[in-house]
Amino acid sequence: MQRGGVEHLLRELAPHVLGAVVRRYGDFAASEDAVQEALLAAAMQWPREGMPDNPRAWLVHVAGRRMTDHVRSELARRQRETLLALWEAPAQEPAFGDDDFPGDPDDTLVLLFMCCHPALTTSSAIALTLRAVGGLTTAEIARAFLVPEATMAQRISRAKQTIRDSEVPFAMPDASERAARLDAVLHTLYLVFNEGYATSSGDVLKRADLSDEAIRLTREVHALLPRDGEVAGLLALMLLTDARRAARTGATGELIPLDQQDRRLWNRAFIDEGIALVSATLARGAVGAYSLQAAIAAVHDEAETADAADWPQILALYSVLLRLADNPMVALNHAIALAMVHGPAAGLERLDALARDKRIAGHHRLDAVRAHLLERAGERDRAIAHYLAAAAKTASVPERDYLIAQAARLGDDV
Amino acid sequence: MKYMLMMHAPKEGWTTAGIGTWPPKDIQAHIQFMMDLNARLRAAGELVDAQGLAGPEEAKLVRARSDGTPDTDGPFAEAKEFLAGFWIVDVDSTARAYAIAAQASAAPGKGGVPLNMPIEVRQVMSAPPVDA
Repeated sequence: MQRGGVEHLLRELAPHVLGAVVRRYGDFAASEDAVQEALLAAAMQWPREGMPDNPRAWLVHVAGRRMTDHVRSELARRQRETLLALWEAPAQEPAFGDDDFPGDPDDTLVLLFMCCHPALTTSSAIALTLRAVGGLTTAEIARAFLVPEATMAQRISRAKQTIRDSEVPFAMPDASERAARLDAVLHTLYLVFNEGYATSSGDVLKRADLSDEAIRLTREVHALLPRDGEVAGLLALMLLTDARRAARTGATGELIPLDQQDRRLWNRAFIDEGIALVSATLARGAVGAYSLQAAIAAVHDEAETADAADWPQILALYSVLLRLADNPMVALNHAIALAMVHGPAAGLERLDALARDKRIAGHHRLDAVRAHLLERAGERDRAIAHYLAAAAKTASVPERDYLIAQAARLGDDV
Repeated sequence: MKYMLMMHAPKEGWTTAGIGTWPPKDIQAHIQFMMDLNARLRAAGELVDAQGLAGPEEAKLVRARSDGTPDTDGPFAEAKEFLAGFWIVDVDSTARAYAIAAQASAAPGKGGVPLNMPIEVRQVMSAPPVDA
């Protein structure tokens, strides 16, 4: 069997194996380590010795053996510490047989709720999700985020410690908590997707892999919660955005803005799937931030050319989105849509109002959008100044290069 | 987000009052402080790299000559400060990067008095998405 095939299978099995092991032993942190070891063992052995008949049972068995070792050494340690521990010993001793451990299709979801718990920082929730639910190794995650493996290992172990300390049970959250907790899960998956999608330099393949992982995990959540509009909306948004991946950078990694992309490079299958998802969601009357953003992406992806995009429709969707959440980045996009429908002056007026918002004043995108609208308005010199101001402020290399190139292009047009 | 924290030390008094002139126990305390800080950053999963640089006495500026060979200049006695070391940290917020810089700035000097060295904090460029 191919190495890629084994890797893919292991990632799919990871949350189900972990769910079974946690159910059996209760200790999430130790179970997660045991499953990771079993995954590594399988990645070494299976391509060489062939696949076992029941891969999931094999992984559960190996992870279970690790857990038995772990529990034994823990018991020995505690017995040294106190005689009282002897009383617990028989109950804690796992009698591991060849029987399969019971699993539950919802395990993936329960694990996601755990790994994206609000007690965790964003970066630790992302790392833990990729390892425990995504089945990625610490080395793979470290490479994707360009940090040393030891640093990533610490981040994951710290995250597990936080979960242990906050005593989050391995169970579905209560109905009352569920919506807020699902928001946290979706936000984490969205960030994983963005990490991968943002890639335009460096170890491109490894990082782009993050987008694939995010899409895969969101697909799983969608399969478990098919009626949830925001889950479907997020999946649609990822597909409709990722569809443009091949077209958004040029040969040397330079950014190509949406209106200049070669649309023949877009992934039609993803666009069709995304549009079907978002249409079904909106038809049910479910309107959330992800569904609306997906709907906007769908309008762009449906257009034959950038000019042919239905801008009044985009403007209307941004207006609804803005009413849903008071977000200055959404307001910025709303200003662009306003300019596309009513002319650059209307957009610039909106930007003046937005510049008084402390959350976005001084942000490079405000300058970038202003430069773009000034250019459309024919104000060359002011456009150049704002392109350069935006370039000085951005923390993104390809974006800076793009903005400088815009300024240079206008400077040449004398 | 990754940040580079650059620790600048004053050039003036470097040879007459620099770390080499402190009592051994103060040097030890300073080194221990830095090791502890790095250990904490590592344990928090935030440390990407941390390095101390050799003293400024041997610092050279290098430019390419027309044939591409190195043309070295310096060291520069007139520089007011020099880069003594740096950290690269991966943190969730700018505020966290500032907090780490403040901790590093307060490293103990002679007699255990905080040095309050200036730490320059710069974001390491990355590649976030540009299309909305």
